[in-house]
Amino acid sequence: MNEEIIIAGFGGQGVLSMGKILAYSGIMQKMEVSWMPSYGPEMRGGTANVTVILSDERISSPIVNQYDTAIILNQQSMDKFEPTIKPGGLLLYDNNGISRHPERTDITVCQIEATKEAAKMGSSRTFNMVVLGAYIKLKPLVKLENVITGLEKSLPERHHHLIPLNVDSIKRGMELVATQN
Amino acid sequence: MGELRLMKGNEAIAEAAIRAGADAYFGYPITPQSEIMEYLASQETHKRTGMVLLQAESEIAAINMVYGAASTGKKAITSSSSPGISLKMEGLSYMAGSELPCVVVNVVRGGPGLGTIQPSQADYFQATKGGGHGDYHLIVLAPSSVQEMSDFVKLGFELAFKYRNPVMILSDGVIGQMMEKVELFDPIPRVTEFDQSWVATGKTPDRERNIVTSLDLDPHKMEQHNRDIMAKYERMKKEDVRYEEVDCDDIDYLFVAYGSSARICQKAIKLAREEGIRVGLIRPITLFPFPTKEIAHLGDRVKGILSVELNTGQMVEDVRLAINGKVQVEHYGRVGGVIHSPIELLEALKKTFITK
Repeated sequence: MNEEIIIAGFGGQGVLSMGKILAYSGIMQKMEVSWMPSYGPEMRGGTANVTVILSDERISSPIVNQYDTAIILNQQSMDKFEPTIKPGGLLLYDNNGISRHPERTDITVCQIEATKEAAKMGSSRTFNMVVLGAYIKLKPLVKLENVITGLEKSLPERHHHLIPLNVDSIKRGMELVATQN
Repeated sequence: MGELRLMKGNEAIAEAAIRAGADAYFGYPITPQSEIMEYLASQETHKRTGMVLLQAESEIAAINMVYGAASTGKKAITSSSSPGISLKMEGLSYMAGSELPCVVVNVVRGGPGLGTIQPSQADYFQATKGGGHGDYHLIVLAPSSVQEMSDFVKLGFELAFKYRNPVMILSDGVIGQMMEKVELFDPIPRVTEFDQSWVATGKTPDRERNIVTSLDLDPHKMEQHNRDIMAKYERMKKEDVRYEEVDCDDIDYLFVAYGSSARICQKAIKLAREEGIRVGLIRPITLFPFPTKEIAHLGDRVKGILSVELNTGQMVEDVRLAINGKVQVEHYGRVGGVIHSPIELLEALKKTFITK
């Protein structure tokens, strides 16, 4: 198993955190993991992305130019990364702010209304966890219990009271794709 | 098995400094390595081991604090990124001249000048050929994983004290910023009593005073001093060359790459072998002393060698010296903070040696 994932959106959407939680979950399952962020001033309001690799083997390059999965949270990232998904790969995106929907037919495309669902739940800031939940349902490489441990490990102590809300959001994301497909 | 953690390369450097029993870190922040000092501050090192953590007023001040601490036999470490490392070069030349141990970390970014904050390997010449003035070398370790960021701090101090010479850990923005699984080594206690034969800790009645200096106005003494330092470098070449070979059992072509480029080459090798192209990698781990003999040896078995570096062609010169004209040696690399992709390296290999 070797899963190469790009998560991309605006700085502040929780792109890097989603990647970190996935990487932690991978470690819990004794996988090899790498997490390679874009870094620097572009993270403040600009685009942010992170490449996460989960593998059974030692990971060679932490930088790749084709992905098994792209998780897309804004239009710029859609334009940039849609062409880089491997044939047969997965494109998961939140439809909020997307004006041009994906056109490729040789990949699996999954659209979810994560922003809307999170707002309904009264926690628009955890929309990234809705997307993460959708991902782990679509590609069940990491178990929910390990994602929750990953969440605990990557959130600073002062935010631990928000864990139940984040877990609910992940579960909502899992339900959303289960009912869609 | 040591403790397993998911860490950034920069954080691993900082944690390893504490665990290696470092007495002091002096530094000044710069992207992409500021997490080193941030992590040390978060650990309250003075409480954990008694290690001093000080943000100096400049890089120049920081390296001279390292110089002072090292003069008393202490384990001192500093870190910066390319423009800041240039500022430290005077201090490093003095420390090499004074025969003092220290570890300095360079998380390289693109240059010249202020350049960019994105990853680069453009400081190879500066790191391996001296960098400051005078006839000297740093021992240069090139980590290609977060694990090695941790391990090489410990190894760096060992080598620095073995030879009484500054050690540079030459990393880059990729290895500094990425997170990977790292197995931490068990903490080594700070040393409070040590070899008094060279340290300037105040003269005691039982010994002559020790003088730490790089200055001697007597040319014959200075010539001898230079010869003594050179003898250490020759010893390093015999005893401490380190490298890794990947997929070199059956090869027609060879990549030579260190650090982040070596990681990308490994993916390119997988892609190449799917197409039946037999290529391997030699990864120099010590850039000084350089694995000259080992590269020459592999050169006998291949039709072409590609030196892959995030610069316009620096290490390729050392590869050519090692190969000495026996086979074609070329360079490929992106610069200015752009990073080559695995497919790009495969295409470069084909274009250079196969399709022409």
